[in-house]
Amino acid sequence: MMSATPNAETATNAAADLTGTYKKTGTALKPARIILYLILVFFCIYYLLPLYVMLVNSLKPLSEITAGGMMALPGEWTIAPWASAWSSAQVGVEATGLRPYFINSIVMVVPAVALSTLVGALNGYVLTKWTFRGATVLFGLLLFGCFIPFQMVLIPMARMLGLMGLAGSVPGLIFVHFVYGIGFSTLYFRNYYAAFPTELVKAAQIDGAGFFRIFWRILLPSSGPIAVVCIIWQFTNIWNDFLFGASFSDFDSQPMTVALNNLVQSSTGVKEYNVHFAGAIMAALPTLVVYIVAGRYFVRGLMAGSVKG
Amino acid sequence: MSYSETANPRGSVLDRLRDALPKLVLSPTVAIVAIFVYGFIAFTLYLSFTNSRILPTFDWVGWKNYENLFKIRAWDTAVSNLVIFGLLYIAICCILGLLLAILLDQKIRAEGFIRTIYLYPMALSFIVTGVAWKWFLDPGIGLEAVVQGWGWESFRFNWIKDRNMAIYTIVIAAVWQTSGFVMAMFLAGLRGIDSEMLKAAQIDGASTFALYRRIVIPQLRPAFMSAFVVLAHMAIKSYDLVIALTGGGPGTATELPATFMYSYTFTRNQMGIGAASAVMMLMTIAAIIVPYLWSELREKK
Repeated sequence: MMSATPNAETATNAAADLTGTYKKTGTALKPARIILYLILVFFCIYYLLPLYVMLVNSLKPLSEITAGGMMALPGEWTIAPWASAWSSAQVGVEATGLRPYFINSIVMVVPAVALSTLVGALNGYVLTKWTFRGATVLFGLLLFGCFIPFQMVLIPMARMLGLMGLAGSVPGLIFVHFVYGIGFSTLYFRNYYAAFPTELVKAAQIDGAGFFRIFWRILLPSSGPIAVVCIIWQFTNIWNDFLFGASFSDFDSQPMTVALNNLVQSSTGVKEYNVHFAGAIMAALPTLVVYIVAGRYFVRGLMAGSVKG
Repeated sequence: MSYSETANPRGSVLDRLRDALPKLVLSPTVAIVAIFVYGFIAFTLYLSFTNSRILPTFDWVGWKNYENLFKIRAWDTAVSNLVIFGLLYIAICCILGLLLAILLDQKIRAEGFIRTIYLYPMALSFIVTGVAWKWFLDPGIGLEAVVQGWGWESFRFNWIKDRNMAIYTIVIAAVWQTSGFVMAMFLAGLRGIDSEMLKAAQIDGASTFALYRRIVIPQLRPAFMSAFVVLAHMAIKSYDLVIALTGGGPGTATELPATFMYSYTFTRNQMGIGAASAVMMLMTIAAIIVPYLWSELREKK
């Protein structure tokens, strides 16, 4: 977690190494190698199976699923389930589809990520380049806040949002995610800036540069990699959140995860499995795209956010 | 060393402001954490000693909520489910993760591609995962129906509808979701191991098996520690997956402390008991996380 420890340093390097490709060596295919590859391929199938099930069943008519053909490719290809999940399925009181909730999630996630990342960067800068007595203890308390079970804050937070006039609204959710996102974003930037040469900061200070100027001109321009990691981590976490969304939103402000759950659990009418699968992919798509496009940063975020190695 | 102390305070307001600037920048975060983490913890702790029901009240009832909590059968179920789920989840994830990491560490072609496949479930929401597995495990349309459709008429797989087996379906889905991540942690650990030592042992004629058992795996201790802390912490907080997969059912068969807390607080109007259960969760997590953070932060000095 604290990548400044020597142990963690090697682990972080290893994590970075993880994201590169392994050098190819010319090994002949012996029987042992073939078995090795078979096992690896078997686990590829294992991990891909649920995605395959979601995808093929979102593209077939309901009758084909209920007839027992969950694993089969669609006999008749159709995008009707997607259209229904997006714009006409019964989610709440009205048959709006998931579209309004998808928009809620976007509106929620963008400012929450931007705010928590910005504050995390400033905090990391102070905690490494302007340290003071008790900074480590403060950081420890901040970190512990990342790991508490959020059940512990649900009741007072519901009260607080009510007092602030933000109960049951998207701005309320933005606020909650911002507040509980600060811990991790501070962790990332603190560990990153700890390795940043302090001499540069000192030299700039002697030249008369102030607090913000040093941050803006010297640290921020080199913060690209860690900013990407932090943004991806926060985006994934906030997009995938369910507990806060379920606790603090009302019918109009539900995020995508809560709406998807409502769609699937709704007890009225026929179970439209194909629509549920299409909705599930929609809810997964943003984070899946991020993972495919920027997987290496996602992995680094996971590693740094949870452990030292 | 502190920069704010080395700067020369000439006494003018502007200078003093400049010296205080870093602390001023940090102060909103300090205030937020003080209120929204520690203040809220104190508030919920206090509520757990009151007879709050639909709304918080401040009538002190002492340990009554805790006494009642331990008498509620659903809490009993939730705790024993957490033990079953937690132990299996951590054990299977670690074993599978270590196995896959070792296999992937054998100079595999397309390693990056395979790794990407193993790890992608971690990017998905537990709600999405829950929906996928809910229908995949549903005997009416899922695996059972599929295998029967292939001709094996007597095949049965209805754990998700079975009171005694439903908790294991939570393990199945959770392992699918997280084992790739544990694999990545162990792989990072493997790559951090000194290769000179391995080469020396290889020259001495150690078999691959002995190499791993004697040299490699013992060196993965930090990775094991981290994996344990992360997985235990995730198990205790598990909420979304249960809601999406089984909704805590059938009956209360898949109740976990997190779902118990939510339903007692928000749907059964027993806020005092809900708060007491949240405190129990916090204590469990703190028992794992605090020593871990302590050792990590002390190491730095």
